[in-house]
Amino acid sequence: MSEQTAIHPLYAQLISKFPDSVVRDDRAGFNGVVVQPLNLLEVVKELRDSLGYDYLSSVTAADDFPEERLEVIYHLFKSVGGAPAVIKVFLGREEPVVPSLTPMYPGAELQEREVWDLYGIRFANHPDLRRILLWEGFQGFPLRKDWKEPLYEEDVKPFKSRWPEGKGERKELLNPYKDNVQYPREFEPSTVSGDVDQAMYKSLEYSDDPNSRVIKTDQLVVNLGPQHPSTHGVFRMAVVLEGETIVNLKPVVGYLHRNHEKIGERNTWLQNMPYTDRLDYLAPMSNNFGYAITVEKLMGIVPTERAEYIRVMMAELTRIASHTMTTGFLLNDLGAYFTPALYALEERELILDVFEEVAGSRMMVNYFRFGGVVRDVSPEVLKKIKHLVYNRLPRKIDELDKYISANEIVRTRCEGVGVLTADDAIAFSTTGPNLRASGVPYDIRRADPYSIYESLDFDVCTHDHGDVYDRYRVRIDEIRQSIRILKQVLDRIPEGPIMAGKPQYATKVPAGEAYGRVEGPRGELGFYVVSDGKPNPKRYHVRAPSFINLTSLAQMCKGAKVADAVTILGAVDIVLGEVDR
Amino acid sequence: MAENDLNNPEIDIPDELKQQIAVTTLDRIYNWSRSNSLWPMMFGLACCAIEMICTAASRYDLSRFGMEVMRPSPRQADVMIVSGTVTKKMVPQIVRLYNQMSEPKYVIAMGACASGGGPFKEGYNVVPGVDKFIPVDVYVAGCPPTPQALLHGLITLQKKIEGEHIPDTRWYKKGEVEALPIPILGPDLMDPRHFELIREETHKPLPVVDVIIEGGETA
Ligand code: SF4
Repeated sequence: MSEQTAIHPLYAQLISKFPDSVVRDDRAGFNGVVVQPLNLLEVVKELRDSLGYDYLSSVTAADDFPEERLEVIYHLFKSVGGAPAVIKVFLGREEPVVPSLTPMYPGAELQEREVWDLYGIRFANHPDLRRILLWEGFQGFPLRKDWKEPLYEEDVKPFKSRWPEGKGERKELLNPYKDNVQYPREFEPSTVSGDVDQAMYKSLEYSDDPNSRVIKTDQLVVNLGPQHPSTHGVFRMAVVLEGETIVNLKPVVGYLHRNHEKIGERNTWLQNMPYTDRLDYLAPMSNNFGYAITVEKLMGIVPTERAEYIRVMMAELTRIASHTMTTGFLLNDLGAYFTPALYALEERELILDVFEEVAGSRMMVNYFRFGGVVRDVSPEVLKKIKHLVYNRLPRKIDELDKYISANEIVRTRCEGVGVLTADDAIAFSTTGPNLRASGVPYDIRRADPYSIYESLDFDVCTHDHGDVYDRYRVRIDEIRQSIRILKQVLDRIPEGPIMAGKPQYATKVPAGEAYGRVEGPRGELGFYVVSDGKPNPKRYHVRAPSFINLTSLAQMCKGAKVADAVTILGAVDIVLGEVDR
Repeated sequence: MAENDLNNPEIDIPDELKQQIAVTTLDRIYNWSRSNSLWPMMFGLACCAIEMICTAASRYDLSRFGMEVMRPSPRQADVMIVSGTVTKKMVPQIVRLYNQMSEPKYVIAMGACASGGGPFKEGYNVVPGVDKFIPVDVYVAGCPPTPQALLHGLITLQKKIEGEHIPDTRWYKKGEVEALPIPILGPDLMDPRHFELIREETHKPLPVVDVIIEGGETA
């Protein structure tokens, strides 16, 4: 960033309070402070308890290879809005250890496990530090820069063999196994049991006091998933049951871990755009949005006005499509098998038609560019959207609302189920409709406005009970607000260019770091990118809302019946592409 | 298949019986009925699964082809639509599900990922194509394939089934068909059929490394 010389007052305050352990991160383009690992808890406690940074949004790491250094990067926010406090810890490559923030912010639990899994950084005092995206026994920590995968070719794309020479050969043919695998030296395959779940089952252990119960029953571990119709993909939860009541639950993820970040650090900046579509594949436009604004921050460019309007229009249409689909599938999970989902899909199809017309693809839109969007929206498409926004969607949403909201079965099964209090929701770093259903009016479009949201009229929808029913209500309300936003956008959309400057294929991104976030349909979608001036990002991290929303799943499910776990999961609304990345 | 296709034209049916009697071969009537009542397994892996759901929904309506009965249990399904990226962590489960399906069983690899790894092929946790582990009948191209493309794939599968001949089809032969070996998760994914190769390769003496400067001769 340009204001390198001026130090943010918050950081100045921290440095003066902890002169021995906090220094400023003074690399060009970076911000935040670097804290000594041993003093991390102290500093974070000060931030949380005295300065109001009660919301730990993102925990991630980076590898400064070839320097012998790993970094852990924390982004903290205030739950009343505003810019982040960025805290970093520098560690050596051998046996790095840092104190865990999970006891202070339970929302860090899964994220710290991810950092351990991919970077091999140990978190002292973490309650359950196991691999999360990969399996116990996997060889190596894949996001470290010196770890190479079996089909590794080069550090940077486009690969020389493909361009400009164009004599690409299939990499797997050079591998001795003719496949995407590699093994350590002197390895004996029959020594491996293949039982990768032992540690997970062990972590499910609980203090079982038979005297506390009237009827003595055996406790039972049930696995739901990864192939299960209610888990919305390849999600798995291991549930400990006492009769039908859930006593403990562990989410097991990683069945769709597609190495988004490793591949993303090899792709050029622009090549990552289509990959972001495949994160949350129910809301590709908002993923594009998040990535575009993050890189634009680093590049210091501003999109044209028309482009901003088009972006917001597409993002809100996505939100409507995604929320209707979630609502439909929530009803599926309640046992209203498929009819409500068909109603929802009908509306979604109409919105996908718009996307197909502007971007060329129904789902994988790849529509945003740094500085604008790739194609203009024609008057015919605008007319189509107008028809949707003014005539069709409001009626259909009212219809959905009328069928579902007052339905007795829906209410009995959803009200008071899966309750998360406001304090818990913040502590668990919950975002999006889940957070707002607990009564916290936190919406990034208002809390930390981006694009043109500041000039638009809309309400942040909240409900107070924090149960499944309220999560559903928040989504219905948000669809109405999105329609309201769309009406304003359609009225005001200006003529003009859709790209700032010429379209660039080899994007030049100055060195530095940036964290950008948007309010996606599932919550805070953040991108943390680091550039070292090369054509590809040095670090590319996605703060995935559905992944972090899963942290509180156990809390919500404990004490509920097993059938409710399915409903609660449906209302949390996860998309596995984003959970596992 | 229309009624006419079922009738075997080489056998004369008296005119007055034309409406009541159809003569056909066992193969044809059997394949005809089977291909028009395929039950896909309700099984989604990634983004492609969303397009699969759209294909089943009202607009594209799979039930026009007799395929609307999606079964979450592999025991009741005839066709597995592998709809998405197959990861190393997931592939043992996929092979297990395939083994649990009762015969006759078919597999459709939907999308670039299931067919060959797709955009994520280079990833360390990605299996480049489900056909490394289970036999695939139809590949559908696209990322994701449009619902129309998936329908086309399913119709292609129907055609394939209609061409089957009972005496040479695997599942009607005597004897049991061996279950496919389940891959094992170790330091990396291990196919039990390759243990010997793995042992051999990892015990080879390390090659003496010559420093090769790439593209040196053209410089
Ligand atoms: S082929 Fe494309 S759409 Fe289908 S699972 Fe792979 S990445 Fe997703």
